[in-house]
Amino acid sequence: MSKEITFQLNHNDLTLAVQEHWTLLHLLREELGLLGTKEGCGSGECGACTVIIDGMAINACLYLAAEADGKEILTIEGLAAPDGTLNPLQQSFITNGGIQCGFCSPGMLLAAKALLDENPNPSEDEIKHALAGNICRCTGYVQIIDSIKAACAPKNEDVKVVAWQTKP
Amino acid sequence: MPEYTVVGQPIPKRDAVEKATGRAQYIQDINLPGMLYGKILYSKYPHARIVHIDTTRAQKLQGVRAILTGKDIPEIKLGVYQDNRPLKTDKVRSYRDEVAAVAATDPDIAREALSLIEVSYEALPCVFDPEAAMHAEAPLVHVKHRTNILKMPWKLHFGDVDAAQATAAHVIKERFSTTWVTHCCLSTSGAIAEFDHANNLTIYTNTQIPSLAQKDFLNALTAMGLKNRRVRVIKPVIGGGFGSKLDTYAYEHIAILLAFKTRKPVKLVFDREEEFIATSTRQPALIDISQGCDRDGKLVFRDVAMILDNGAYTSWGATTPSVMMMPITTLYQVPNVRYEATCVYTNNTYSQAMRGYGNPQATFAIESAMDLLAETAGIDPVTFRHINANKPNQVSPQGFRITTCGLKECIDAVTEQLAWGRPKATGEGVGIASLIHVGGGARVYKSDGCGTIIKLDDYGGANVFTGASDMGQGADTVIAQIVAEELALPIEDVRVIHTDTDVCPWDVGAHASRTTFVAGNSALGAARKLKQQILELASNHLEAPPEILALQNRQVICREDPGQRIPIDKLLRKAHFSVGGTMLTAEHFYDPANENLDREFKGNLSMTYTFGAHGVRVRVDQETGKVEILNYVAAHDVGRAINPLLLKGQVYGGVMMGIGYALTEQVVLDKGQTMNPNFRDYKILTAKDTVPIQAPVLETHDPYGPFGAKGIGEPGCVPSAPAIANAVYDAVGVRIKDLPLTPEKVLAALKLKKKHTPPH
Repeated sequence: MSKEITFQLNHNDLTLAVQEHWTLLHLLREELGLLGTKEGCGSGECGACTVIIDGMAINACLYLAAEADGKEILTIEGLAAPDGTLNPLQQSFITNGGIQCGFCSPGMLLAAKALLDENPNPSEDEIKHALAGNICRCTGYVQIIDSIKAACAPKNEDVKVVAWQTKP
Repeated sequence: MPEYTVVGQPIPKRDAVEKATGRAQYIQDINLPGMLYGKILYSKYPHARIVHIDTTRAQKLQGVRAILTGKDIPEIKLGVYQDNRPLKTDKVRSYRDEVAAVAATDPDIAREALSLIEVSYEALPCVFDPEAAMHAEAPLVHVKHRTNILKMPWKLHFGDVDAAQATAAHVIKERFSTTWVTHCCLSTSGAIAEFDHANNLTIYTNTQIPSLAQKDFLNALTAMGLKNRRVRVIKPVIGGGFGSKLDTYAYEHIAILLAFKTRKPVKLVFDREEEFIATSTRQPALIDISQGCDRDGKLVFRDVAMILDNGAYTSWGATTPSVMMMPITTLYQVPNVRYEATCVYTNNTYSQAMRGYGNPQATFAIESAMDLLAETAGIDPVTFRHINANKPNQVSPQGFRITTCGLKECIDAVTEQLAWGRPKATGEGVGIASLIHVGGGARVYKSDGCGTIIKLDDYGGANVFTGASDMGQGADTVIAQIVAEELALPIEDVRVIHTDTDVCPWDVGAHASRTTFVAGNSALGAARKLKQQILELASNHLEAPPEILALQNRQVICREDPGQRIPIDKLLRKAHFSVGGTMLTAEHFYDPANENLDREFKGNLSMTYTFGAHGVRVRVDQETGKVEILNYVAAHDVGRAINPLLLKGQVYGGVMMGIGYALTEQVVLDKGQTMNPNFRDYKILTAKDTVPIQAPVLETHDPYGPFGAKGIGEPGCVPSAPAIANAVYDAVGVRIKDLPLTPEKVLAALKLKKKHTPPH
C-alpha cells in the first residue's frame, strides 16, 4: 500500500508516494539518494542514521516514512547553509578532531544540533546524555565532546588542553 | 631542533569536510548500474555434515539471478593456513560457515531466497573448549589434519629459565584468560565485485591490505580458470578498521563468484547481526605465567605458556604470538625467557588481527603478574617497574634493538598526573601498567615496504599516490604533512590518493602501527627526490648551484641572495612547455631494515619500538562490584607527534577501546553460537561512559622515524586491562584474572575473599 505524504526536507517542500512499510532511512537512502544518512545497525542501537524531525533527534531506521507527513526533517545534507557555509558544529568537529572514520559523524552532528537548538549552552553531562544513543568506535568520544563544547562557546577556552612535553 | 611549519601542527583530517557534510562514500553508498545484491546463508550447526542442499524453490523466486553452493564453485583456499573455503562443501565447522549464496535484483528478494534454500545436515560431535580439543579423542575439526593442534611452532627459550627459577628469591605463578571481543566498525563489511568483458575484476572492498588482497583475488581468479587477468582493488571510504580488514574473507570471494556467474556487478554488504556473527574476533587466550626476581627486585626469569582457541579456521589470530612475544621478552629487562603458544581448532568462531595484535592479551598477563611479583617481593609496583624497565640503546634477548625508549619517563608522567601517592578513600585504588609495541614497521612478510609516487602539476600542486590505507586514523593527513613540509607547500596544495591499486604503489598493509613510520618514510623519500629535481631545474633558471637554493613557501629562493627567487608553479610550467619539455614526478619505495624473526624467533622485528605507561584511579562499589574510573592517564613515547590532534585521537580512541576490553566487552559464545550479536547486548562504551583521560606525550625523536616519529595506532588500547585490574586489586584486594572485569566477577571475588578472611 502506498500513501502520499507532504513534508519539508532540508528546507524544501516535497510531496511523494511512499510504501507504508518503508522506514524513513529507506526513503532517504534508497528512494531519494540522500546517502549522507548512514545505516549502522538498522535497529536503533547505534545512532548512525540520526536525523532531526521537528527539532528532535530521531533514528531514521525506526521511523516509518509515512509518519513524516507534515513534518520538518533535517538530514546531514541540509546542515550546512545553502551557499555551502558549514554549520559551526561541522566546522568544530573538523578542527577539533571529532571525525576519524566519519561513519558516525552525520548522526553525531545532528544529535549535537538537536541538543544545541534546545539548549545552547549544555553542560558536559548534558552533552554526554544527548550523545548516549550515538556509538563511535574511533574517537572514544573525547574530541567529539570537545567539538560540541567549542561550537557552543566559540570564545570559551574551556576546552581540554593536553600537556605536551618535549624532550631534547 | 629544526623548525617545521606543517609537521607538528594539529591539522584537521584531510577528508573531514567530506565526512562532516555526508559526501564521503562508504561501501554502502556505492551503487553501480545493473547491480545485483548478494546474501549469504550460514550454517545452522556448529559442526555437521552437509547432506543435501535443495535450491529448487529459491531458484524459482522472481528476481533471483544466481544461487551458489560449495559444489558449484572451484576450490578457492582462504586464510593464513589455507584451511577455509568461500562456500563449504562436505561439512560445516562453525555457525558462521557459509553454506550457500544468492544474487538477486533486490536485497529483500535475496533474503527471501535464502529462506527458501533447504539444507539437510547430519550433526557431528563438537568441541568448544580448546583444552578439551587438545585431547587425542576429541572430535576433529579438520579430519585431514588428524589433530586439532595447529602445526605452528610458537616456542622460544633464551637463557636458562629452569636454572634461574631455582635460584630466584621470589617467584609467582598464575593463570589468566581473555575472551572474544570484536572490532565493532561502525560501517559494516562489504564488497562490490564486477567483471569486464575480458574477465578482469574490479572489486570495491573495505580492506586494510589492498596489495595483498589483490594477490588473494588473483589467486581466486586462477582457481576459477581465469589466468593472467587483472584485479583492481578500489577502497571506498572505510568506516573503521582496527585490524578487522587485514585478511580477505569468504564474503569478498562470494561477491566475486556471484559477479562472475551473473555477469553483473554484485554488492554484498553485511547487516549488523552478520557483522557480529560472521566477522573475526580478537584472539582469546589462556595464559599461564610464572616469573621471578632476585632480592633487589630484578627480574631473573619469565615463563609463559598459552593456549589459543583458533576457532574453526585460521586467520591472523593464530599468528598473534609473534607479537605477544614482544612484551614478554622486551618490555622489561629479563635475561631468561621461555614462551610457548599452542593454537587449537575448535567449533567456535575464528579470530583475526585486532588493534594490538595479541599484545593486549599478553600485557594483561604480564602486567598483572608484575604487580603480583612486586607484592611478593615487598616492593612498590612503580618502583618494581622502574627497576626492570627497558632502556634506550639496548638489545633484548629476542634481538630487538631498542633505539629510543621513554618508558621510565612515561611511568613518571603517569604517577605524577595521577597523584599516585595521594591518600585514598575506602574502595579507591590506583593501578599502573606499561607497554611496548612495534613503532617502526614489523617485518612479518618478505617485504615490510611501501611505495609512494608524487606528481607535480603545472600549478605547483602535488598529487601523492601512496600504498598506505586510511580507515579513519589519519594516514592521508600525516602523509600530506610530510610531503608538504619537505616541499615547502601549504597542506592545501598536497592531495593524497590512497584508494586504488591501479594508480597506487604496493604496500604490505595498514597493520602494526606502521603507516606513519613506513609510509611516512616512503613519502619523505619521494619528496626528497622531487625536491632535488626542483632545485636542479631552478638552478638552471636562477643560474645558481642547487646547493645554495632552498624551497620556501611555494618558491625556490637563493639562500645567499633572497631576491633571487622563482615561484615553483612558474618553474614547473617553464619546464613543461619548453622544447623537450619535462614533468616532475618522483617515486620511492621504502622497505625498512628490520628483520623477520628467525627459527628461534630472534630478530629485530621493528626499526623502533613505542613505549608507554597507563595509570588509572578507580572506585569499586563493594555492594555491586561495579568499577568506576575516576581518572585515567595514558603516557606514550611517540618519537615525535607529526599531528598532535590526530595523535590524541588515536590515544583517546585506543584507551576507550581498552577500557571496554577491560570492563564490558565480550562476544558471548554458547556452544559456538553468538548470543549477543547487537549493540544492546554487546557492551561497547558510549559517550555516557567516557572518563577523564589525560594523554601526556613524550617526544624522544627517533633516529629512523620520519621527522623522528614512531607508530601510535595501537598502543592506546594495550595496557588498559591490567592497569584497571591492578587498580581494582589496590582498591579492594581482589585480583580478577579473567577478562572482562564484570561487576559479577568482582562481587564473586569479594564474597570469596570475605569467606576466607578469618573473623577478628
